[in-house]
Amino acid sequence: MTKPKAMIECRDVHKYYGDYHALRGIDLTIKGGEFFSLLGPSGCGKTTLLRTIAGFEDISSGVVLIDDREMGDVPANKRPTNMVFQSYAIFPHLTVAENVAFGLRRDPRGKAEKAAAVDEALAMVGLKGYGARSAHALSGGQRQRVALARALILKPKVLLLDEPLSALDRKMREQMQVELIKLQRQVGITFVLVTHDQEEALVMSDRIAVMFEGEIAQLDGPEALYARPATRRVADFIGVMNFLPAHIVADIGGIVTVDVPGLGQVQLPHSQVSRANEDDEGAMIGFRPETMTLVGAGATHNQPRETNATIDEVVYYGDMTYYDLRLDGVARTDGKSRTVRISMRNVFGRDVQEVGTRTRLAWSPGSLVLFR
Amino acid sequence: MSNHSKGRGLQAYAVLYLLFLYAPILLLPIFAFNSGTIIAFPLQGFTTEWFAQMWGNATLRRALTNSLTIAVSASVLATCLGVFATRASTRFSFPGRGGMMGFIMLPMVLPEIIVAMSLLVVLLGMGVQLSLLTVILGHALICMPYAIAILSTAFSSLDRSLEEAAFDLGETKWGAFRLITLPLVMPGIISSLLISFTISLDEFIIAFFLAGNEPTLPTYIFSQLRFPRSIPVIMALGTVLVILSVVLLAIGEYFRRRGNARIGGAPTGGLL
Amino acid sequence: MARFDAEARAGLSLIAPPFLYALVILAAPLLTILAYSFLTDGYLEIIRDFTWDNYVQVMTDPIVRVVMTRSLIVAMVVTAVTVVLAFPVAYYVSFVVRPERKSLWLFLITIPFWTSYLIRVFLWKVILGYNGVVNSSLTGLGIIDEPLTFILYNVNSIVITLAHAYAPFAILPIFVTLEKIDRSLLEAGRDLGESRAMTFWRVTLPLAMPGVLAAVLIVFIPTIGDYVTPEVIGGGKIPMIANMIQVQMLALDNRPLGSALAVTAMLIVAVISVTFLFLNRRFLKVRQ
Repeated sequence: MTKPKAMIECRDVHKYYGDYHALRGIDLTIKGGEFFSLLGPSGCGKTTLLRTIAGFEDISSGVVLIDDREMGDVPANKRPTNMVFQSYAIFPHLTVAENVAFGLRRDPRGKAEKAAAVDEALAMVGLKGYGARSAHALSGGQRQRVALARALILKPKVLLLDEPLSALDRKMREQMQVELIKLQRQVGITFVLVTHDQEEALVMSDRIAVMFEGEIAQLDGPEALYARPATRRVADFIGVMNFLPAHIVADIGGIVTVDVPGLGQVQLPHSQVSRANEDDEGAMIGFRPETMTLVGAGATHNQPRETNATIDEVVYYGDMTYYDLRLDGVARTDGKSRTVRISMRNVFGRDVQEVGTRTRLAWSPGSLVLFR
Repeated sequence: MSNHSKGRGLQAYAVLYLLFLYAPILLLPIFAFNSGTIIAFPLQGFTTEWFAQMWGNATLRRALTNSLTIAVSASVLATCLGVFATRASTRFSFPGRGGMMGFIMLPMVLPEIIVAMSLLVVLLGMGVQLSLLTVILGHALICMPYAIAILSTAFSSLDRSLEEAAFDLGETKWGAFRLITLPLVMPGIISSLLISFTISLDEFIIAFFLAGNEPTLPTYIFSQLRFPRSIPVIMALGTVLVILSVVLLAIGEYFRRRGNARIGGAPTGGLL
Repeated sequence: MARFDAEARAGLSLIAPPFLYALVILAAPLLTILAYSFLTDGYLEIIRDFTWDNYVQVMTDPIVRVVMTRSLIVAMVVTAVTVVLAFPVAYYVSFVVRPERKSLWLFLITIPFWTSYLIRVFLWKVILGYNGVVNSSLTGLGIIDEPLTFILYNVNSIVITLAHAYAPFAILPIFVTLEKIDRSLLEAGRDLGESRAMTFWRVTLPLAMPGVLAAVLIVFIPTIGDYVTPEVIGGGKIPMIANMIQVQMLALDNRPLGSALAVTAMLIVAVISVTFLFLNRRFLKVRQ
């Protein structure tokens, strides 16, 4: 199998609005057929980047290539991209079919062929038979589908999606996530999604670029992004991570030895070392709540190390229970002790433990990330 | 309980207030159909003679033609200029936008006599012959702020990504404007035309000073108010004008609401 | 930067036609009368000598002073009467009328405004006149023996007529600000133990102030420059500033003095407008 070719390439892309530096040197390659997400908090430049790819914003410097063609002077209506807008931008004065057929106006095909294409596109998004309906009478989910059909009927090389699920309620959103993944597999074109919802990005994407303040902080697959966040900031943004202060003892031969109050001494390879925030005081050890196991009450584990702890708080979620633990040996600051959060699946035969219980926590050095 | 009585008191007041607003207008048809030549109570008898006289009056017909010519031209001109200004101010940011828009809206807060007098002085100074055209120019100027106020509601309620979507789907910028923006703001444009038309039709001061010897409806009415003999005909004319205004306003309101319904918005607010 | 320039260019080229139109039809004439106001009036022509004389005359001439004072007082009284009478109506439509009926009420309020101004003014003369509706009804009913004269051909009748003419101008801006008031604020006021009247005084009224100030401005400006009402109701015997400008400009052909009067009137309007806009800004700031 040949390596998939690059569909979109951004090389050192900068964008200024007056004095405001919105994009600060974006370097990015998105492969053909990939489901790619731009993830970040509002104002991080993700939408601006998407709009520069679409051609709605000129770039101040740098190069954008789509399918090996430089896009410098190519306006949005001549680019091989189509967009699904955050508001869906369904034309309210047209019917569903007229909306979907909008981009075919300059298509030389005959009326019947175009109508067939519209029917096909509507069927693809699950709106068969909706063609004659008036667009403003549609529900949010239906508008979303019309927007998808309207873009996909033009067979673009890239489909750009600007926060497409943010206006839907939770249930509809989860359903559309699955449908979008299926649709992308079916049509096989490159999808570029902008979202501020880390869960959505993790669920849907082949790869994710996390952006802060106009820069890409990390570009990785979902698992790598979650397990090995490149910076403390990425770790904070995606999911929940516990942090404990750490003292670096030695850094020899690609292995860092750290002393972590509460956990003891651990040796970590450089692959488990990430960058701390600039304002952090000293190094930090981070780990995800579900990577550690509470020993006892019927739980089994095969993790090599154990630590003594006291249960400080229990939050019961039905399928999960969250425990806030005070690890022995973690210094108290300002009279309050630093707790770590552990999540346990409530499987059959395992009891929920009570506040104040003395317990042990089992863990593996492989699940730790050192930020320094 | 107290809420109820408060509502009652206010309602009674509001109804009285409406009576005060409508008092003069309600008198119009009464005197228009009254056979007495003096505008006073008690009423004499029923007649339609004043309407017949009105119909047969050549000067009045000329005034009507003039007024219609002026109102149609001025409303079209004001609305066209208003579309340019509104599109510029709602869609683009550029240096001096606030100042320029403020200046264009200035006639709304400038006493009309000053607009009329200064324009008259310049036109006379330049030796320009006063005509319907000079009235049209003045009327378009004072109608433009109202047109912009109405058009702004229509343009700014438009989702900017609609036009971008059309552009993204392969249309040219002009195609996107023509196929998407224009149909969606059309109700606003029609409202703007109707309101400008109504303002121009009723405008007196500019028409009085800038029309030269040509009569318009308001200047004709003004000239006749001095002659008690002509008053009943003026009452008949007033009745017709009131009905015409109400019909035009109702049409304008209908289009405004249809425009709202079309883009799925709720019908709120009034004409201004 | 390129993008910003392209956008600015598009905006500027769009606004150019209406802006140029306003420049030619409005700015040029206004600048002309400003220039005229510093020139000297000669017989049949204007002498191109710079002078302050016209303004000195505007400031010192007793007739000008009477007319200016009258215009100001009439405009102030009309504004006060109109706004005070209009507020309860705006309040009623905003707070009491059911939402689906609000458009109808606004429609009813605006209709009279769109009917011939001249005829409305004239009808007030009919209503208030010596043998008018009020007097003939009252004498007919035997309530009075002699027709009332205090409502006739004087400043009172001008005030009544103008207050009627600009009523919707006062109602609409107040209504719009009342509509914007978050109703839960009023409930909060009541919840915190304020009486209904105190809630109105301490919550509703301050929040409605921007609308009231807008109403004041929007009524004051056209009333101070009104030409028709003094002409029709007062029969030309009680002129206001607009009538005086017209007489100087045309009948007496003293354009420099007429121009100075017009410029002075504009200055008065401008000073009052700026004052009210400033007050409005203070109120808006308090709101935030």
